[in-house]
Amino acid sequence: MLLDFLDQLFSRPPGSSREQAKQRLKLILAHDRTNLSPAALESMRLEILGVVSRYVELDPEGMQFHLTVEGSTTALIANLPIRRVKPLAAVDPDPAGQGQQDPIAPEGSQGSSLRPELP
Amino acid sequence: MGRVIVITSGKGGVGKTTLTANLGTALAHLNRSVVVVDADFGLRNLDLLLGLENRVVYTALEVIAGECRLEQALVKDKRTPNLVLLPAAQTRNKTAINPEQMRQLMEKLASSHDYVLIDCPAGIEQGFRNAIAGATEALLVTTPEVAAVRDADRVVGLLEAAGISSIQLIVNRLRPDMVTAGQMMAVEDVVEVLAIPLVGMIPEDREVIVSTNKGEPMVLAAHPSLAAQAIQRIARRLEGEMVEFPKLASLSESFWEKAKRFLTQKVF
Repeated sequence: MLLDFLDQLFSRPPGSSREQAKQRLKLILAHDRTNLSPAALESMRLEILGVVSRYVELDPEGMQFHLTVEGSTTALIANLPIRRVKPLAAVDPDPAGQGQQDPIAPEGSQGSSLRPELP
Repeated sequence: MGRVIVITSGKGGVGKTTLTANLGTALAHLNRSVVVVDADFGLRNLDLLLGLENRVVYTALEVIAGECRLEQALVKDKRTPNLVLLPAAQTRNKTAINPEQMRQLMEKLASSHDYVLIDCPAGIEQGFRNAIAGATEALLVTTPEVAAVRDADRVVGLLEAAGISSIQLIVNRLRPDMVTAGQMMAVEDVVEVLAIPLVGMIPEDREVIVSTNKGEPMVLAAHPSLAAQAIQRIARRLEGEMVEFPKLASLSESFWEKAKRFLTQKVF
């Protein structure tokens, strides 16, 4: 994080089209390489959020969920800021019956509008 | 057995054919026997860039159909004794040949030449599958543009799926002034994104158009331009020589270098 920031600050003019091209490519290639449909990615996002939300309360602000490439590996970057840890008793280890509900909808969050965003 | 190398890119217009013609010529001048194969059936151009268009009699299709011997179809380049061209058919389309026939043909060529360079058509359809069928190595050509790099990445996946694991990258049509100004991706950006080892970087060069007009590969010039020198370095790297990559700034000619080259070409 910090290194990326320093890299951006000192090595290249920020917002240069050279840098934009590179960042856009990293995102495009990650999607091309995984060949995941937007629907599959969205359903994966909801399921992951569902699992994490059972244990902690997430802050929908600043949440990130996108694919990127680092060298020859493709990575799923999920940045899920925690608002507070849920009390242990409230953790339901077997969420049978939760079905396909959007797990973060009850928190009044952005729901399915959360799309990958470039920093 | 010689090396069978396909020169491919995915996207069109990035310089595959120009590179094939010049790299083939450069390797031949390093005393290697080279055959350049035009795999762009229906839209052949390699013969034009080599200035051999008037000497094409038979093509790969007649060889495959058994209408002539392989040796009869190979066009010799009089300026470059070690270089021959196997032309593509202009009339019939790319479904007239299949990957297995192509593989056998490349095997035959590799048995009698040090290098078989295959000029791959743009796209990733039948023509691409034919072109890569007999290859064991690939040179991936791209330009520092998002569309070209994206297509190159698709091609990497397809090459690997086809069992071609030796893939080397060539970044073409680089404009050092724009890179310095932050207006174009640098070679290291492209290498980082694609994660393919680099074998060459070639600057944008007006000489390419001039040499194409004349049908004379630019590596043949008495005073090769910067792009021609870059291709000669690629040839030496393919030969296993460790040739350093020049600094970005040295890829753009200074006024005096240009003037000197102009004078030596035109006056003496």
